[in-house]
Amino acid sequence: MAVSEYNQEMEFFVDMQRCIGCHACEMACAECETNGQESMIHVHYIDRAVSVQTTVQVCMHCDEPACATVCPADAITKDNFGVVHSANTSRCIGCSNCVLACPFGVPIKFEESELMMKCNMCYDRTSAGKKPMCATVCPSQALYYGTREEIRKRRPESVPVNTFKFGELEVKTKVKIMMPKGATKIIVD
Amino acid sequence: MAKLPVSVDKIIEQFGPHKSYTPKEGFEGNFEPDKIVKTHCCFCGMQCGIQLKVKDNKVTGFEPWMEFPFNEGRLCPKGVQRYLQNNHPDRLLNPLKRVEGVGFLPIEWDDAMEKTVSEIKRIQNEYGNNAFGMLSGVSLTNEKSYMIGKFARVALKTANLDYNGRLCMVSAGAGNKKAFGIDRISNSWSDLEHAEVILIAGSNVSETFPTLTHYIWQARDNGARLIIVDPRITPIARTADLHLPVLPGTDSALFGAILKILVDNNWLDKEFIQNHTSGFNEAVNAVKDYTLDWAEKVTGVKAEKIQKAAEWWGKAKTSFLLHARGIEHHTKGVDNVLSCINIVLATGRIGKPYCGYGTITGQGNGQGGREHGHKCDQLPGNRDITNPEHRKFISEIWGIDEKDLPGKGLTAYELIEAIHRGEVKGLISICFNPLISLPNNSFVREALEKLEFYVSIDFFLNETARHADIILAGSLHEEEEGTVTTAEGRVVKINEAVTPPGNARRDKDIIMELARRLGAGDKFNYENSEAIFNELRIASKGGTADYFGITYQRIEENMGVFWPCPSLDHPGTPRLWEDKKFATNDGKAHFNPVPFREPSEVTDNEYPVVLTTGRVVSQYLSGSQTRRIGKLVDQYPQPLLEIHPELASKYGIKDGDLITVATRRGEANFPAQLVETIRKDTVFIPYHWGGKQSANQLTIGTLDPVSKIPEFKVCACRLVHTGIKASDKLKETAYQSY
Repeated sequence: MAVSEYNQEMEFFVDMQRCIGCHACEMACAECETNGQESMIHVHYIDRAVSVQTTVQVCMHCDEPACATVCPADAITKDNFGVVHSANTSRCIGCSNCVLACPFGVPIKFEESELMMKCNMCYDRTSAGKKPMCATVCPSQALYYGTREEIRKRRPESVPVNTFKFGELEVKTKVKIMMPKGATKIIVD
Repeated sequence: MAKLPVSVDKIIEQFGPHKSYTPKEGFEGNFEPDKIVKTHCCFCGMQCGIQLKVKDNKVTGFEPWMEFPFNEGRLCPKGVQRYLQNNHPDRLLNPLKRVEGVGFLPIEWDDAMEKTVSEIKRIQNEYGNNAFGMLSGVSLTNEKSYMIGKFARVALKTANLDYNGRLCMVSAGAGNKKAFGIDRISNSWSDLEHAEVILIAGSNVSETFPTLTHYIWQARDNGARLIIVDPRITPIARTADLHLPVLPGTDSALFGAILKILVDNNWLDKEFIQNHTSGFNEAVNAVKDYTLDWAEKVTGVKAEKIQKAAEWWGKAKTSFLLHARGIEHHTKGVDNVLSCINIVLATGRIGKPYCGYGTITGQGNGQGGREHGHKCDQLPGNRDITNPEHRKFISEIWGIDEKDLPGKGLTAYELIEAIHRGEVKGLISICFNPLISLPNNSFVREALEKLEFYVSIDFFLNETARHADIILAGSLHEEEEGTVTTAEGRVVKINEAVTPPGNARRDKDIIMELARRLGAGDKFNYENSEAIFNELRIASKGGTADYFGITYQRIEENMGVFWPCPSLDHPGTPRLWEDKKFATNDGKAHFNPVPFREPSEVTDNEYPVVLTTGRVVSQYLSGSQTRRIGKLVDQYPQPLLEIHPELASKYGIKDGDLITVATRRGEANFPAQLVETIRKDTVFIPYHWGGKQSANQLTIGTLDPVSKIPEFKVCACRLVHTGIKASDKLKETAYQSY
């Protein structure tokens, strides 16, 4: 493999309030050579009857990824940059443990191929100094890929948060969610 | 004989729309392309930069173009999927001929041209030159727009040329000419960045111009307040600081009331009004009775919200006002635009950094396409076809006698009406799908059926072209070099990624050949698109839309040049009016009095609900292109009737029920979508579909007296529950326009 140009200063930020529900991220994600026209990022209405608000879910790339922990085939790995890679296709046994374990509901088992697939933060692009496809095309920049310093300057009213409480479980992630100033963690009960 | 030659099912079976998807493994060679071509998206007025991947003369995919300054790689779903057309199974590869009882059969170009020209000559000999009309569109490049303006007048010798910009931004154009003397947004988008207040009226920005959303958020990050005027809570309205849910058809009342508040509170730039404007007193006098109470009653917007909007606007030091079709598609579209301009002028916030105003032009070349002569009343450089000096200037460039230059013709909808009356007998169209995009389209269909001869130039067999006698297989955006002018006035370069497939030809070559056969070949002898552009530059010189200083080389070197650009050493003009010298006769910006008047059709006991129409993010205009792209169709497969639960409960309507929407023009069935994001007295249907689910069966064909834009955005309707749930069949086939 060529020497990686992965820039560790570049981080992935998600600001749900900016999401306009256009699905450009999904369409662009599906274009990746390894994705077979399937998207690894998902946009949904929260409740269309009352609001046009949408939510976008990308792999959060956990510090201690539950998907990798529960994988009996050791198919999911986290690299030195903190990117949690999609299942190694020669190892994945399609058991869906990761699908059930992920607190964010990210991995999807593709029945046709009997494989789990998920976002690997466009490793082919990010390791070549480019932005991930979804954050590149996102027209509102709800998905933002840049340095911590850039986002601090550009969006002074919000702060990145990457600590989640799921009941007793605390999860830290590589991907950050932009929250109102003062927020330090997101509590999901 | 422009009726369908066979059943609509048979036509759809052969020519679609069919949904196209990229193969799972990608198109062959996509990941090892022969070349990557920098060009622009073919859809809206943002004209986002994009790179197309090409393998073996086929477009196989895209790569973001990070360096293009407007969008820096950002795209909407339509932009991401726009590459799926050149390789599409519905792509027309040959000229076609209508054969009664058989359908459309491929023929030789020579036969198609011969038939077309002989019919043009027959009709014009029999009924006069103006009995043959032409309809064009502003997805075409500047070169083609210019060339078609010249073709219609010089080769076809008809006055009756108009274009689909008539359904787009003509109200804004007319208003801007009245107020400023120039029809262009006053600033580039970068002036949004530090505007303290951004007011957007009648524009579903995040669905129709998604990539502009980033600029709005940049401003908000810098502290801007966002005010949205819209009967619906659109995605951009959802997080706005202030949302004014205006009753469709009452925008000028709202802006009139705001003007009165600005005056009453002395939130005015008196120096600017005094020295650089005229008509202030008349404009104020027209709104002297427009109290907050009155405005609340008329517009349905709470008085305190109107007051707050006026206060934010009035006290701001910098501001940007934008509007789009929501206020322009009205019989008082021009009035609505002028009522917006009045509040911009009253506060003097124009011609300065972060102080801007303008329409958000809808179509890809909605800006450039409306400047260079394929409007019925216009000559290149935004000149006036009734002005003797302008006629002389252009006649000399075209090498014709001024007396042979036709005069002002009919506007698009009037042209259809003239066909219906039997006055216009023949039609050539390019880049226009009026059977879907014009209002009251049952009337449009009747008109088409009366034509003695109809020839359509297009790359897919669109719904209107199903009625044609001859179809000339033309070129896609990526199949022909040229320029377009974006909604911010930036002239950019469209590059040819591939040559037209099969026997399809470039539009330019089709028009040139037709001109030659009509005996005007010497006037249409262009070696390439650049030669047309160079003639356009000369023809626009000295006009208000002056492109003389813009060259292909300068565009490529600078990623676009903003007009006006009168000389080769002129840098272009991203921001107008910095010198406060307006392009009007007296050099001043003009206030215009805007007394409020009702829409052409108001609700009554028989038709008690307001109907408005618009777009969704995954479809573009009449859908001729986007209803052929699988993922875009699947995202929003069929038009839904957006209705507030309170209104729905009056009729016992539940989500997913099939509802008949009836107006004085016709009726159609739509599944109900119950949403709290719309006014309780208004329903909304998007208009991208044809056939039985076409919203434009219901809309009204009344026109603004000045701009001649139809009143798409407001009419009266009645809702009738069919008693059944909407079927999946309807959802699965809507894109095909049965």
